[in-house]
Amino acid sequence: MTLSRRKFMINSTLLGCSAAASPLLTPLTLAAAPGDNRLVVIVLRGAMDGLDVVRPYGDPDFARQRPSLGAGEGAGDLDGFFSLNEALADLMPLWRARELGFVQAVSTPYRDKRSHFDGQDLLESGSNARDGAPQTGKTGWLNRALALMPGAQAETAFSVGQSRMLLLDGPQPYAAWSPGSDLAMSAQTELLLARIYADDPLFASSAEMAMELSGKTDDMAGGGRRGAAKALASFAAARLNEETRIASFSIGGWDTHNGQRRNLVRALKELSEAILELKSGLGSHWQRTTVLAITEFGRTVAENGTAGTDHGTGGLMVMAGGAINGGKVFGQWPGLGELDLYQNRDLEPTADVRRYLGWALRDLFDLEASALGSSVFPGLDMGHNAGIIA
Amino acid sequence: MLSRADIIQAARFEYGIRPVERRFQGSLLAQLEGQDPTSVPDVANTAVRMQRLAELRRLRKAQGGQSEALKQARRALREAAASDMTSLVARAVGNPRGFRERLFAFWADHFTVSPRQANGSFMLAAYFEEAIRPHISGRFSDMLKAVVSHPSMLLYLGQNASTGPNSAVGQRRQQGLNENLAREVLELHTLGVDGPYSQDDVRQFAELLTGLTIGPEGMRYTANRAEPGSEQVLGNNYGGKGETLENIYRFLEDLALNPATAQHLAQKLVVHFIGPQPLPELVANMAAAYLESGGELMALYRILVVSPEAKMAVFPKVRPPLEYVITVLRTLDMDPQEIRDSTPREARRLSHQLTAMGQRPFRPSGPDGWPEAAESWINPPQLAARISWAGALARSLAGDRDPGALLDAVLGDSAPEVLSFAVSGAATKWEGVALLLVSPSLMRR
Repeated sequence: MTLSRRKFMINSTLLGCSAAASPLLTPLTLAAAPGDNRLVVIVLRGAMDGLDVVRPYGDPDFARQRPSLGAGEGAGDLDGFFSLNEALADLMPLWRARELGFVQAVSTPYRDKRSHFDGQDLLESGSNARDGAPQTGKTGWLNRALALMPGAQAETAFSVGQSRMLLLDGPQPYAAWSPGSDLAMSAQTELLLARIYADDPLFASSAEMAMELSGKTDDMAGGGRRGAAKALASFAAARLNEETRIASFSIGGWDTHNGQRRNLVRALKELSEAILELKSGLGSHWQRTTVLAITEFGRTVAENGTAGTDHGTGGLMVMAGGAINGGKVFGQWPGLGELDLYQNRDLEPTADVRRYLGWALRDLFDLEASALGSSVFPGLDMGHNAGIIA
Repeated sequence: MLSRADIIQAARFEYGIRPVERRFQGSLLAQLEGQDPTSVPDVANTAVRMQRLAELRRLRKAQGGQSEALKQARRALREAAASDMTSLVARAVGNPRGFRERLFAFWADHFTVSPRQANGSFMLAAYFEEAIRPHISGRFSDMLKAVVSHPSMLLYLGQNASTGPNSAVGQRRQQGLNENLAREVLELHTLGVDGPYSQDDVRQFAELLTGLTIGPEGMRYTANRAEPGSEQVLGNNYGGKGETLENIYRFLEDLALNPATAQHLAQKLVVHFIGPQPLPELVANMAAAYLESGGELMALYRILVVSPEAKMAVFPKVRPPLEYVITVLRTLDMDPQEIRDSTPREARRLSHQLTAMGQRPFRPSGPDGWPEAAESWINPPQLAARISWAGALARSLAGDRDPGALLDAVLGDSAPEVLSFAVSGAATKWEGVALLLVSPSLMRR
């Protein structure tokens, strides 16, 4: 591109009527960036079965509820009560280095309807709406958190991957790119394109960034679904090594209604590769990094008739990074006895996952707990800090 | 050569120019007159589609969750929904009455139904054809009544789960109100979020709506689920002489003629077709004409299309992805029949490409529909997705098109000089065409 690298980016999304009041372009300010800490939020779409990832083998009812899925040693014991799924064996060194941790039996406020889409909407909007009813003017909780960070710029937060993520959507500017977006064109065409966009800042700034990122990511784009998460992680790490402090992407494939043993392994491998790629890509920045992987809800406690599990309630959050207080399974264990279950079928959530997210935001970016409980997670009782950040 | 006024009109109110097509002779308003020669009769059948969904449920009950027959039936529904999408695209591409198509898209978005399941997507085309399309140049109250009583809307906003707490069914089953549809009708479809209504009105309207639910072949009014007695909404009483659907319709007719509704509809049309800048005088004139006409939508359009702002060559809006795709296909003279003949796989690919551009087809995130702001549609990955899609299309479809002639055909002497220069300076013909397709001149309106 002949255009100089302009230090601004467009606001990715301005919803509805608030658009008129917002600036189109956000110039890079020289204000201090929001610290050195890095946060990666991975949305695990499809409802991860937390009970099969971090298996409560010490619970007397586990073997009865999970006769086939719960069998076997897994990747090893975690703490005398839980063991890790064998597909995450590559992450055991992180566990021992206290760079891997979990929170069991958590959920959003969403209850009973168990719809993926509503559940994911709630997970990303951070809303209090228990019934997940369609809402207008939705924004993501990470976008609202950005509003509270004084030094935040457009590149502070990066949405990685092809789909727009509600998690980051809203009036605060953020950057977005999908590694693998193919912009292969001749140098001549690129030059001409820059000229036809030159008078239109909305197009010029987006195209410029697209060209720049397209050149950088060509070699890591890979192909097909398999390994896609690794490419996303690699791209996220590269941005986090620069001005970006918050990155977010999605990993799918968790909806294991049948053949869970085989299908869950596939999704877990993607997650494991993504985490390891972040670690290697971030180098020394890994020590300041927190990775939080969240899912819309858990799955039924009992196996179903097709060697899988169905949509449930209480679930698991996966944490990794040098900045976390790892080597621990957080959360209050509700038990798996008949009377312990939610509606006689699901793991009873013993805490709102937003509490953990909220305290992590406070500890990483110095946000005030009161603002988190009002504007980021409206209606949330923040409770006490369980201390997932070291 | 097309006049400058033609080019502006095609950009602002239509899906651009299709060179091979004989331009519609007559005014924009004339495009809306007479019978709609372009409805898609085979999709316009809610009852038939609901029967197919009922069959699917029977199959699931009889054969459990995983049978081969069930899988096939599900696949057939998914493919039908995909083919509905390509039919809609094909119609918009081939219709010389572009204003009709744009208004259809506008009202479908105004009354957004964003299904969360394959079953809901399968119903969507019937909803569009029956509740929206026949009414775009008629009375707003007719569209409002058709939408509020269509199974797709009843299901989407949970009306089918709403029961009068004091009705026979409500008492027996201890069920109550779901206010969702009532709230969204007032907030989104009629009065607007700042409109003159209170939470009490929402609740009373929700009570009035009880009884409206879904039967085996369509909407059904079930009096024994309706809250007994009359309801006072926005200061007037409805019902009281038995629970009937007429009570609901009477309120909707009054609601359509509320001055706040007139203002809200006029404002939305102006923002959609002209831009975000405040134009209070135009909005007020449109609203007044609408009320004077007794709620005719044509009264709104009549003032909108002749306003000075509508004729200016200033284009603050960006075509959302689906609109952009249709515009590009028209620019390239794509044959609508070929679009209609797309395989399920091709339809799926188009759907993925639209998603990459930021618009998963027919699935906006909430009942408020797609965003209007230009900035919502252009960010680096979304623009990249547009460029790679249009580039690939130019390469495969327009290898022998003369880019300069195409530029003249669709933009005439309104083409910016820099674009003429770039298009003629491209190394190959297809790259010249690609530059035209990805230029702000085709993306903005």
